[in-house]
Amino acid sequence: MFPAPFGYVRAESLDEALAVLAREGPGAKILAGGQSLLPMMKLRIAEPALLVDIHRLPALTGWQETAEGLTLGAVVRHSQLERAEALQEFYPLLGRTARWIADPLVRNRGTVAGSLAHADPAGDWGAALLALGASVTLRSLTRTRELPLDAFLVDIFTTALEPDEVLTAIRIPKPAGRPFGTYLKLERKVGDFAVVGVAVNVVLDARHTVVEAGIGLAGVGPRALRAPAAEAALIGHPLESGGIREAAALAAEAADPVSDRRGSRAYKRNVVRVFVERGLKALADESRPEVGVTA
Amino acid sequence: MANWVGQAWDRIEDLRLLTGRGRFVADLTAPGLVSVAFVRSPHAHAAINRVDLEPARRTPGVVAAFSGADLAPHIALGVTEQPPLALQAVHYVGEPVAVVVAEDRYAAEDGVEAVAVDWTPLPVVTDVRVALAEGAPTVVAGRPNLIAERRIGYGDVAAQFARAAVVVQERLVIHRATAQPLETRGVMAIPDPDGSGVTVWTTTQSPHELRRSLARSLRLSEDKVRVRTPDVGGSFGVKNRLYPEEVVVAWLAMRLVRPVRWIEDRLEHFAATQHEREQVHEVELAADAEGRLLALRDRFVVDNGAYVRGGVTVMQRTAMTIPGPYRLPALEAVGRLVRTHKTPIGPYRGAGRPQGCFVMERMMDRLAEAVGQDRAEVRRRNLIPPDAFPYATGIESPERVVYDSGDFPAVLEEALALAGWDQAAARIEAARQEGRWIGIGLAMNVEDTGGGGYEGARVRVDGNGEVTVYSGAVAQGQGHETAFAQVAAEVLDLPPERIRVALGDTDDIPLGIGTFGSRATTLAGNAVRESAIAVRRQIVEWAARLLEADPEDVVWEGGAAYVRGVPERRISLEAIAARANPLTPIPMGPEGPLPLGLEATTYFQSAPTYSSGCHACWVEVDPRTGQVRVLDYVVVHDCGRMLNPKLVEGQIYGGVLFGLSTVLLEELRYGEDGQLLTTTFLDYPLPTTTEMPPLRIAHRETPSPRNPLGIKGAGESGTIPALAALTAAVEDALKPFGVHLTELPLTPERLLQALAQSQSRP
Repeated sequence: MFPAPFGYVRAESLDEALAVLAREGPGAKILAGGQSLLPMMKLRIAEPALLVDIHRLPALTGWQETAEGLTLGAVVRHSQLERAEALQEFYPLLGRTARWIADPLVRNRGTVAGSLAHADPAGDWGAALLALGASVTLRSLTRTRELPLDAFLVDIFTTALEPDEVLTAIRIPKPAGRPFGTYLKLERKVGDFAVVGVAVNVVLDARHTVVEAGIGLAGVGPRALRAPAAEAALIGHPLESGGIREAAALAAEAADPVSDRRGSRAYKRNVVRVFVERGLKALADESRPEVGVTA
Repeated sequence: MANWVGQAWDRIEDLRLLTGRGRFVADLTAPGLVSVAFVRSPHAHAAINRVDLEPARRTPGVVAAFSGADLAPHIALGVTEQPPLALQAVHYVGEPVAVVVAEDRYAAEDGVEAVAVDWTPLPVVTDVRVALAEGAPTVVAGRPNLIAERRIGYGDVAAQFARAAVVVQERLVIHRATAQPLETRGVMAIPDPDGSGVTVWTTTQSPHELRRSLARSLRLSEDKVRVRTPDVGGSFGVKNRLYPEEVVVAWLAMRLVRPVRWIEDRLEHFAATQHEREQVHEVELAADAEGRLLALRDRFVVDNGAYVRGGVTVMQRTAMTIPGPYRLPALEAVGRLVRTHKTPIGPYRGAGRPQGCFVMERMMDRLAEAVGQDRAEVRRRNLIPPDAFPYATGIESPERVVYDSGDFPAVLEEALALAGWDQAAARIEAARQEGRWIGIGLAMNVEDTGGGGYEGARVRVDGNGEVTVYSGAVAQGQGHETAFAQVAAEVLDLPPERIRVALGDTDDIPLGIGTFGSRATTLAGNAVRESAIAVRRQIVEWAARLLEADPEDVVWEGGAAYVRGVPERRISLEAIAARANPLTPIPMGPEGPLPLGLEATTYFQSAPTYSSGCHACWVEVDPRTGQVRVLDYVVVHDCGRMLNPKLVEGQIYGGVLFGLSTVLLEELRYGEDGQLLTTTFLDYPLPTTTEMPPLRIAHRETPSPRNPLGIKGAGESGTIPALAALTAAVEDALKPFGVHLTELPLTPERLLQALAQSQSRP
């Protein structure tokens, strides 16, 4: 568990980081929180020639909330979202996802954008941010592009990120009504990677009708997945048991897990169904605490 | 006299360990120190055609590189079955094949990557059934696949089965797992400047055994090998006995005449440090119509892995644990230790006993079901009564098993009361009304502790009156410094801060066995007592001489001596020590000289003592995901008189979590090609404080008659019944579905499969 030799540069500006990437090519790797990259280097699974450290760049820290939505800088840490009470009103899913990630030490250092760029299929943020309809901003020395997260995530540990690009920001659209969101994670122990992770997010109008719905799945495909049919089934209806069960069944169909040491394909798919159902029921209860929903 | 024994002292060593001032092998350094990395086998079974070390030797920073063939002429092989570096063939993934020495570990790892080995892969055996089948490939050339077969038992099993009203049968499967101490293994060897000997700092649990084995391996006399253990961060059995790396590093230091260090990394630990637990049992239990035990028959197979380390011990302890606290008229346990192409096994926490307890306790639950009795009642009916001690179980071999003391009915009843056994049915029903599936499990055990011969202690008062206790029973975090200081402080009537405990230097005490098998406190603790009594006698004799009184008239109290009735004329320990450890000629009185020094070394020998306990626990199972949550865990524990309840409870907390982890989390898995699939904590989850269930502990203290302190061991009894108790609780939670749990670990998916196969559905 000792990394191969590597170089290190701490970028003083984003432009400097981009210039180094342009110059060095694929051997250079961006270092932000280092919570995935460094373990992979210690296992010599990753052997980058040069680390370009961006974790202190002021331009990438913090977030901005506008009428259009929320923009997270590339080095926002998991723990910042875990504690961001100001974001709870419009983006409750963020805090409820962050608290499931690893342990406090990892959450204090690891970044949301780094997790997306790492693209571990069991990562929690892919599922949560898909459920929120997020997009990402990618910058190189010569261009800036914005991609829906669904297009950014390609395959196992593979994204649309080019070697000369940095993921600089994550954009989440502002909900068109009152949002409710939660994250459910089947883990063998606290701090584990998800066997199955399910993010559910619904936006209700004043009459408790679902106007937006997002369901993201972790650990059940080559990348984080959306469940579009399940989402569509929820929209236009109140959140109630019949629709919830239908959405859960559709989400399970959207899952495409593989059998491995954490469970079989059938088992994981079943957990998706159970968790989508439980998650949506919890949101229904939360949205109408005085009435509740009977299953 | 101060009454230190029995008090819940805070641990003396904690200030050092918890403030980062512990000193571990990785903290040590020496001028010119070089680091080592091992080339390890990527194959489970392969012939070594050629090892090309030249590319490694050319790697920047590399100092030297050696293969098994390079090493073999210089050391004595055969000290262990496994050669320190593989010779013609490798037999498990992770087996050391060659070693690279470099200026630092990074360069050593680069050198390892450069080594080219030409392999011929050979047939791989990962299943004991395959290994035992006719025509099976030979796992290790020249050695039998069936390493040992042992029949442990007594009584007329056939006759008891013939008159049985009830016979229950089960096939029980326990998976492979291992201990993961916070600190992995490590060794640093420093050669004597003249090349004649070596000092080896290592994480071993048994420094004296290591001194002997290293001396034999290196063809040195024992006094040319000094083994030292600094602070060690956990061991649990897996740091016991000589490992290949210790031989290699010691040899390298002498060969290169430079200090050499190797620190095991976690990847290595998974493959290179011994495993355990993996067993399959075919069990039959016979009883009369009232559920009274008649006989148990068990055919079991232990997967040993490639080389013999401690597999025989594990197998024997499994069989010997089966009778537990019950009157069992006849037993026939036949164990077979079988070679496979996996990491060698050796004892860790429980050392085969958790499996034996699992067998007996699972069968007791089956029996209860078969005779339609409550699980507690069927146990109650079979317990050895408190007036039956000493109680000979009937086992005569490999050692005579005679329980020394205990009160098993009291242990059981207290656990039942604490766990709310009598109200369990109502509580379970109430939970089910809320749609929750909860259950309660129960398991009892008796554990042989402190067996295996002797342990020693040396107590010395130096010329300034400083008191030091030395022992070969080294510590890896258990709290020996505290326990031994308590005993010495009580006997010497000194405040505890006056006692220093120094462990882990073979130069400090000639003999020792080490720390394992719940033995250190029982055996070394009593040796401390005997040595301290001898030193106290010496102190009094010297005081009598200095006070010109008869020793019978001298009172020793609070660190000073006086003649009875004259407490104002006191003589301090410092003054006595200065005279007893003289630097100037001693004036001879008419009585003649007294023996010099205030010092004694004694070795305490004893047959095992037998700790007992009962675990009862509540769990909740989510029948839709198979997840298990432990709601409540009760341990009633009897390890005789407790030297320090805080130390005992620490052992129980950790022990229960070990057991929980075996049942719910840990599993070492191999592919059919013999690749170890679980090589990081990503694939081998370990519990943390968040998985620690609410634990309630009650102590009973039935003193052991086998030692003056009346104590018994406590190191493993937190773990031993936990496998059975938790499995029983999960089964109870799923009882309405008719689920029978016979295979560990209880992964969520395995529980859902058991549910799917059961007759009734939720």
